Amino acid sequence: MAHEPETPALQFAGVSVAYAPGGNGHTAVNSHQYALENVTFQVGQGERIAVVGPNGAGKSTLFKLIVGLIKPSQGQIAIFGHKPSGHICIAYVPQRSEVDWSFPATVEDVVMMGRVGQIGLLRWPRKADWQAVHRSLKRVNADHLAKKQIGELSGGQQQRVFIARALAQEARLLLLDEPLAGLDVPNQQAIFAILDSLRPDGVTVLVATHDLDLAADRFDKMMLLNKRIVAFNIPTAVLTTDNLLQAYGGHMRVVSTENNGTLALADTCCSGGDV
Amino acid sequence: MEAVIINWLLEPLQYGFVTRALLAAVIVGIVCPVVGTYIVLRGMAFLGDALAHTILPGVVAAYLLGWPLAVGALIMGVVTAVGIGALSARGRIKEDTAIGVIFAGLFALGVAMLSAAGSYTVDLAHFLFGNLLGVTTADLWLTAVLSFIVLATVALFFKEFLVITFDSVLAQTLRLPTTFLRYLLLILLAVTIVISLQVVGIALVMALLVTPAAAASMLTHRMAPLMGVAAAIGAFSGAVGVYVSFYLDIASGPAVVLVATAVFIIVYLLAPGRGVVWQHV
Repeated sequence: MAHEPETPALQFAGVSVAYAPGGNGHTAVNSHQYALENVTFQVGQGERIAVVGPNGAGKSTLFKLIVGLIKPSQGQIAIFGHKPSGHICIAYVPQRSEVDWSFPATVEDVVMMGRVGQIGLLRWPRKADWQAVHRSLKRVNADHLAKKQIGELSGGQQQRVFIARALAQEARLLLLDEPLAGLDVPNQQAIFAILDSLRPDGVTVLVATHDLDLAADRFDKMMLLNKRIVAFNIPTAVLTTDNLLQAYGGHMRVVSTENNGTLALADTCCSGGDV
Repeated sequence: MEAVIINWLLEPLQYGFVTRALLAAVIVGIVCPVVGTYIVLRGMAFLGDALAHTILPGVVAAYLLGWPLAVGALIMGVVTAVGIGALSARGRIKEDTAIGVIFAGLFALGVAMLSAAGSYTVDLAHFLFGNLLGVTTADLWLTAVLSFIVLATVALFFKEFLVITFDSVLAQTLRLPTTFLRYLLLILLAVTIVISLQVVGIALVMALLVTPAAAASMLTHRMAPLMGVAAAIGAFSGAVGVYVSFYLDIASGPAVVLVATAVFIIVYLLAPGRGVVWQHV
C-alpha cells in the first residue's frame, strides 16, 4: 500500500478497549473496566516515541490494536491513513520472554520469517529474499550469527536478530515491547544505534519501556499512559511531578530538582514486563 | 552370515499381507512424524489424542454401512477438527475442556455403536490398536494417495505453518490467513490420524505423531531437517516393528510403537550435546 509522505504514521481517534475478562464471554462496558479509554493521538512518520506507564497501563493493548490483533470497542485507528488490517509494513518485536528460544530455527530462519509476506503464498524463498535476510542481519551487526540456533544467542543478540526480522519485513512502523529490559548499557546502546540508523529511512518507532531515564534521553516524544493518555509530548514536558503522580499514583516517588524540573526516583510497583 | 540375514529379511515378504503391512507401516511412519512435528512444537498433543478418539463413531458407521473405513473416519475427523476449533474460538469454554467434552462423548458413542452391532471385542481391538496385517491393496492405495496429499500440503504451506507455529503475532502482522492455516493444520492432522488407523490404531496414533518428532528435536535445530529425521525414525520404526511383530508374534501396532519408543529412549540418553549422558560427561 502506498504511503503519502504527509500522512501521519499513526492516528488514534477516541479509541477505547473494554476488557473481556477471563474468557467468560461477557464483555464489560463499565467505565472501570477499560484497558484503554478514549485514547486520541497522532504520530508523524519517522518519529521515535517511548510509551511509558505502570504495569497494566495498556501499553501492550495499544500495541495489539496497532498490529490488528484486537479491535477497538470504540473509536478509529488509521495507519498511514488506512485501516490497520491492510498493512504488512508493521513489525512487532516481542518481549524476549514471550519467545520460544528452544524452537528449531536458526537466526537466518527467524529473519526469513519476516519475508513470508513478501514472498507470498505457495512460493519458496528466492535468492533475493536470502540477500534481504543477510542485508538485514548485517545492519544489526549479526550476520556472523546466521547459522546459530536462536537459543544460543545472548540477550542483546536475540533482540538484534528480531529487529533484523523487522527490517527484512521492510517495516515502516516498528513496535518494540520492552527491548531494553535486562540488557546492559553497551547492548542498550547497540539497540539505539540501530534505531538511529533507521531515521534516514523515515521508519517510525514506538518503544514500550519501563526505563524513564532512557525514554527521556533517547526519544523524540514520550507517551505517558495509564488507561488513558496522561501526557504525550517532548520528554521534558511529560516528566512533570503532576503527570507522574497521575500515571503512577503512590507507587512512585517524585523529587523536584532545581535545573530540569523533576526526578523520578523509583517505580516501586513495576519491575515487571520481563517475567 | 549375510545370507542368513538376507533370508531373515526376505522370508516374511513371501506373504503378500506382510509386504502390504510393511509398506503401510513405512508410509505412515513417514507422514505421522512430519505432521507430528507441528503437534510437538505447538503443544497440541492432547488435541491430537482427542482427535484420534473422536473419529471412532465415523469409523464404526462406515464399517457397519460397508463403506471404506477411511471415508467415515475422514468425515468425522474433519467435523471434530472444525468443531473443536469453533467451540474454543467462542471463548466460553477453555480449549482443553472443550476437547475433553467432545473427546469422551464421541468416543463413547463409537464404542456404543459397535457394541450394539454385535462383533464387539475383535473389531474394537482392531480399531483401538490397528490391524496392520489386514491391510488390503485398496487400503494401501488410499494410504499412499492421502499421504502424498498431506506431505504436498505441508511442503506448499511450509513457511506459513512455520510462522504460525513460532510466532502468531508475526503471522498477524504479515496478514497471513491465520484462521485458514489453523484449520488446515487441524484437517491435515485428522487425515494423518485416519491413515494411521490400520497401522497403530486409535489408542496408539499419538505415539507415532509425537515420539519420532520428540526424538528428532534432540538431534537437529532446524525445522526441515527435524521433520526429515523424524520421518526417518518413523519409517525405521514402522519397518522394524513389522519384522518384530512377525518373528516375535506380537501385535503389529504395539510393536511399531515400542520400536519408536526405544529409539526415543536411546536418543534421549545419547543425543550428542543434548542427551542425558552427554550432560553428565
